[in-house]
Amino acid sequence: MDLLYDTLFNGLAIGSVLVLAALGLAVVFGLMGVINMAHGELMMLGAYTTFVVQNLFKNGPLAGLFPIYILVAIPLAFLVSGLAGLLLEKTVIRRLYGRPLETLLATWGVSLILQQFVRSVSSAFVVGLVVAVALGLLAPRLWPSSWAQRRWTPLLAVASWVISGLIGIILANGLGGVRVLDQPWFSARNLDVTAPLWLRGSVELGGVNMPTARLFIVALTAIALVAVHWFLQKSVWGIRIRAVTQNRSMSDCLGIPTETVDALTFLVGSGLAGVAGVAVTLLGSVGPNLGGNYIVDCFMVVVLGGVGKLLGTVVAALGIGVLSYVIGSGSLLLLWPAMPAGLNELITFFATTSMAKVLVFALIVVFLQFRPAGLFPQKGRLVEA
Amino acid sequence: MAKLRTWLPWLLLVAAALILPAILPPFRLNLLGRFLSLGIVALGIDLIWGFTGMLSLGQGIFFALGGYAIGMHLQLLSLAPGELPEFFGLYGVKQLPVFWQPFQSFVFTGLCVWVLPALVAGVLGYLVFRNRIKGVYFSILTQAALLVFFNFFNGQQKLINGTNGLKTDTARIFGELVGSDAMQRNLFWLTVVFVMAAWLLCRWLTRGRFGDALIAIRDDEPRLRFTGYNPTAYKTLVFAIAGAMAGVSGALYTVQSGIVSPQYMAVPFSIEMVIWVAVGGRGTLIGAVLGAVLINYAKSLVSEQLPETWLFIQGGLFLLVVTALPDGLVGWWRQGGPRHIKAMVGWPALAPTYPGLDLDPAAQAERQAFRSDLPPGGAP
Repeated sequence: MDLLYDTLFNGLAIGSVLVLAALGLAVVFGLMGVINMAHGELMMLGAYTTFVVQNLFKNGPLAGLFPIYILVAIPLAFLVSGLAGLLLEKTVIRRLYGRPLETLLATWGVSLILQQFVRSVSSAFVVGLVVAVALGLLAPRLWPSSWAQRRWTPLLAVASWVISGLIGIILANGLGGVRVLDQPWFSARNLDVTAPLWLRGSVELGGVNMPTARLFIVALTAIALVAVHWFLQKSVWGIRIRAVTQNRSMSDCLGIPTETVDALTFLVGSGLAGVAGVAVTLLGSVGPNLGGNYIVDCFMVVVLGGVGKLLGTVVAALGIGVLSYVIGSGSLLLLWPAMPAGLNELITFFATTSMAKVLVFALIVVFLQFRPAGLFPQKGRLVEA
Repeated sequence: MAKLRTWLPWLLLVAAALILPAILPPFRLNLLGRFLSLGIVALGIDLIWGFTGMLSLGQGIFFALGGYAIGMHLQLLSLAPGELPEFFGLYGVKQLPVFWQPFQSFVFTGLCVWVLPALVAGVLGYLVFRNRIKGVYFSILTQAALLVFFNFFNGQQKLINGTNGLKTDTARIFGELVGSDAMQRNLFWLTVVFVMAAWLLCRWLTRGRFGDALIAIRDDEPRLRFTGYNPTAYKTLVFAIAGAMAGVSGALYTVQSGIVSPQYMAVPFSIEMVIWVAVGGRGTLIGAVLGAVLINYAKSLVSEQLPETWLFIQGGLFLLVVTALPDGLVGWWRQGGPRHIKAMVGWPALAPTYPGLDLDPAAQAERQAFRSDLPPGGAP
């Protein structure tokens, strides 16, 4: 019985991280059909936000509030990742609606840029970047208005961006001479986020020892799920989002601002990635490659669950969590010690985390042979021929 | 004149292949050879993505399988009978695993380099295409498959040396070290030959009815199916061909870089392959090869000078290609890109007018030919 509890709890713990990480993706991919390969990097931004908040609360006037810094970090991470996602939507993804493969490649490019950004961001770098963007945006206002309609206007725009970029690079390099400004904020190292004391212990529940950090993540996931469900089902904007998902042109005709809805959906999805990033800091160190570890898993969860279904996402993530734990820990051996030797060997062969992943993913691919649309497929006649 | 135009590029290529080893230092030549071998996997991706519209993010599987096949063969090649490759000792393996045995034969390895990836691709492709999984779902599934293979190869120290991979440069072929300059020059030529062969194969495939079917799948698969074709067969076949090309490419890359490791199956590397094709120009065969060579050369140059900027540049390239140059460099060139730029700075190309056409002898000749084709007395 203990074994069952143990398996269930550990599976739930692994699964709830997956739910939280995949929830934002389920919103963005499920409702908008946008493949966001930068989702993992938005999680990473959330994790780094937690790190910054933690540093703020470590010393100085806020030190007394250190135990609850994580409650401040959650909304802040939501905001940071959400705004980053909003920027991404406004600048890149907006141009690529209806071209999913191109979106995939473009967001992958964004994810590379974000990874390198947290590695090399320093005060000098930020000053250079801000100046370059400001110059690039302001340049068209400095030209005489008659230049706006010429044959060579596109060339001029490109040239002005290139020049402002160069100015930014030169400025950043010049400022880089100052030691204080050149210091990278995070560098490429992995950073450790210190959890508050109450998240480092464990609780005895029904004979099983449960780390509070895991319990916290499970609770956070539950709250996030309820919030998303409420938002999509009950709030005005949620209803608009669902309307646009069902029939974009009809919604447009009825006066729903579809572009705002797109931006909002993306903001919510990205913000949820940020919240997942906060949760991830409780499990391990934070590094630029954090996102890459989660992105494929998240997509598998969403595809397995059935696109556009929150319930599917939850079931798929928990299922994957329990299965990974059962296979990875080899707990079937404990359950049935006298199994035949061949089977025993087979189970030990897969009883590591990475080999468990191999088997689980292979099983998912097999499963999709029988249910190509996932566990909970969309019903309706809009299915493409 | 027309004959010269067909043959000139080939002559130039052969001349370049003969001259380059003399003028480039061995290190650069080796780099060029490696990048050319990557051109083959890019050609395969062009076939399945540029022509058939299936974006595979898992070509690394087939690439690495080819690499591992040749790597295993080279590990075994220079051993005395009964000896085991060195790394087995580290993990206490006393006997050569069964699946290593056939790799002692060169013929088997030579077949395995392309047949094995083709088979894996064929099976994987058949299972996926049979269920009509396509678009982004296909991409995600291939990526998941890639991760499966990566984790598997990474975790199996006792079978294939896990993370460390297999080294090939200390093996000897015909008494010559694989890593030596002379051998590398031969491998460079071999790569050039293989790239040309792969290009010709792709051109032959895409020119005929088969190529038309591929393009039809890309543009409107349901319609092709309703016309009575079976897209699954075409897609499986072309995916297997691309897999075979990736395998050959991986083998050539392995012998020139001296090692094969699970890093060849890393997720970012497979997406990089796609971007070579996208930058060069998808749907244009020469663009795939050009893209692979150019981007990798740029990568090695930038990484030598300013390693921290490469990811910015690469990410920027993804964005730029997708938003501004959807057909890549070659596509942009063919669609009159330079002419547009020229027009912007003040030299618009002269539009062909009717008097211009009437004076053009080529147009006149064509018109004559067209008239003589018509049945007598029947003007259209």
